Amino acid sequence: MNHPTETAEATGYGPPNAFDQNVLKALGDEQLHSALRNLVVTFGSKRQAAINSVEDWEGLRDEARAIKDETLAHLDRYLEEFANNAERAGAQMHWARDGHEVSNIIIRLLHERNAKRVVKSKSMATEEIHLNSALEDAGIETVETDLGEWIIQLACETPSHIVVPAIHKSKKQIADLFVAKIGIEPTDDVAKLTSAARRVLRQRFAEADAGISGVNFGVAETGTILILENEGNIRLTTSLPKIHIAVMGIEKVIPHFADLDVFLKLLPRSGTGQQLTAYQSLITGTKKRPADEGPEELHIILMDNGRSRMLAHPVTRQSLACIRCGACLNACPVYQQIGGHAYGSVYPGPIGAVITPQLIGLSKATQLPYASSLCGACREVCPVKIDIPALLLHLRSEVVEGTAAGSADQKGPVKRKFAERLAFRLYAFAWSRPFLYEWAARIARLAQRLIVRQGRIGKVSGLVARIAPPFGAWTACRDAPPIAQRTFREQWREDSKIK
Amino acid sequence: MRVSLFVTCLVDQLWPSVGTSAVNVLRRAGCEVEFDQRQTCCGQPAFNTGYRNEARVLARRFIEIFEESKADAIVSPSGSCTAMVHHFRELFAEDEPWRIRAERVAERTHEFASFLVNVLGVDDLGASFSGRVTWHDACHGLRDLNLHSEPRRLIRNVRGVEFVELANADACCGFGGTFSVKYPEISVAILDNKIESIEKAGVRAVVSGDASCLMQIGGRLSRKASPVRAMHLAELLASRE
Repeated sequence: MNHPTETAEATGYGPPNAFDQNVLKALGDEQLHSALRNLVVTFGSKRQAAINSVEDWEGLRDEARAIKDETLAHLDRYLEEFANNAERAGAQMHWARDGHEVSNIIIRLLHERNAKRVVKSKSMATEEIHLNSALEDAGIETVETDLGEWIIQLACETPSHIVVPAIHKSKKQIADLFVAKIGIEPTDDVAKLTSAARRVLRQRFAEADAGISGVNFGVAETGTILILENEGNIRLTTSLPKIHIAVMGIEKVIPHFADLDVFLKLLPRSGTGQQLTAYQSLITGTKKRPADEGPEELHIILMDNGRSRMLAHPVTRQSLACIRCGACLNACPVYQQIGGHAYGSVYPGPIGAVITPQLIGLSKATQLPYASSLCGACREVCPVKIDIPALLLHLRSEVVEGTAAGSADQKGPVKRKFAERLAFRLYAFAWSRPFLYEWAARIARLAQRLIVRQGRIGKVSGLVARIAPPFGAWTACRDAPPIAQRTFREQWREDSKIK
Repeated sequence: MRVSLFVTCLVDQLWPSVGTSAVNVLRRAGCEVEFDQRQTCCGQPAFNTGYRNEARVLARRFIEIFEESKADAIVSPSGSCTAMVHHFRELFAEDEPWRIRAERVAERTHEFASFLVNVLGVDDLGASFSGRVTWHDACHGLRDLNLHSEPRRLIRNVRGVEFVELANADACCGFGGTFSVKYPEISVAILDNKIESIEKAGVRAVVSGDASCLMQIGGRLSRKASPVRAMHLAELLASRE
């Protein structure tokens, strides 16, 4: 089985620790670039328009964050309340420590009921634990029913965006995929493609023994789960088959039904730039009378999978406030250049760079905290005001200090970078002594004579680049300014006009 | 008003004209400027790469030097270095005496444009510069210090300047400290979006408040043999042409 959160091989991208190589592949993909440009323009402008329709966006964000903070501060209590109320309404509750336990619970439930065919709706929690491959190994036929998720399932890939999983695929690629996998006639007509998908998926819904979904919010006070969508496939997944299994990360609980008012204003606007999604499915337990429609059984699996570890640390705790809207991906200059697969994880972009190392261990995702220019655009758009740059900085310090949060089996040694460590030691030593700091400049000024041309340093290669790789990396595409002939402090000392 | 200049290591060693310009502008605005020659760096490169122990060494030094100063304000021609001084408290989260000292120094530390407009209440320095210019919002100035209108006001009041806004003025230039050499390919790909819109704007100079962004943008412009000049706000405000 694949390791959780590692990208499937079909994408051609390596795991998180191959980020540096993944980047080169992504930057060379012209098709990906045009898809990402569209994403940025479309979602950026739609989001802004949707936000403008709310009177006090900042106030809403503060309110949402306060609700999340309160919930996380008393998560045990709210989870118990949620579980009790959901059970009272007829749901059956399951608690799972990790992805394997979730998969095993689901496989057991399905085997016990002789359920062989499953429809699934889009869920990052199940992507996170690679549920589909576990079900496949157990002989259960699973079909994704969200159009984007279905496309990447047909292509044997993983999502490249939290909200728009197949954003990396062009219309042509999707058409070719449908020709190869479901045998349609070649076409570039979007209506024909979607109706072909609808035809196949309707059949799968009709045949399904069970439906598996994720959860956007679980309301403690009522035991209700809320799932948002635009295609109607979630409504079908959760209402047509006899059994509905919902996988819910433990951070998805919120205290009160009225809190939904806040999150329903924030999530669609941040995610897709909609004032509201086309469907909101609120599910409280099972059907009450035999004659009613809907599943006979509702199973809710509360999944930890590393979340309680994030909860334990005061700095990383806010990672759990995330409502998976994907706004930080769209706003991130790095994501905009490389897309999702390069991160090697089902959670890409800024929030992925924060969550992935905490889920799979920093030693397996050492580069991700550094996959950011720390520009802060993510923090600016985050509907729950997660300080993503601060979290990235925290994780970077864990990389350096080797104090990675993680369970024993995930911790592993973080690869030490001796040259970098030495460089920063020297820097701290010399830069805290003005005498050495000045001499360093003087020596550099002598040495640079070899490479300064017309007042600038062009591309360096050979020996210089080998001695100082960062210098080679900088000058590959950018000129570097030389050390000034007279530094500011030299001018201050010598020049009475300035002093 | 007495001002102690934190010139930053980048400006000191690579771009001293930014420092001398800042001194001139501050004097023109009526300030008495002092410069403590013991100063070096705020520790930002170490902090941003995860080397907190090394960052603390430089942060303590910074605090010791500048808390001795009798100046009314510490002013720096850099949004990111100013933001770093405001981050010092995080380095001393578990060390209360140092945290308090860090907070006191941070309270007195201002970014150059913000100091002129918000503290001194000055937005016209009598500068002149002929030609079209545009502004690049350095991320830490914009998002950590909320600098937005201040530099624009200052630029618009420069005689002879035609100010044009970039469509992506608030987009990152791709520098990101060690990010620029850890992932140079992404860094330059991000940068090229900025360069493209600067070139389209047909400007004589792109102005910003951080020497690091100017090194990034200017380095690429220079490599492409572009006639556009990367210029610090202090240099523009000191200009008399």
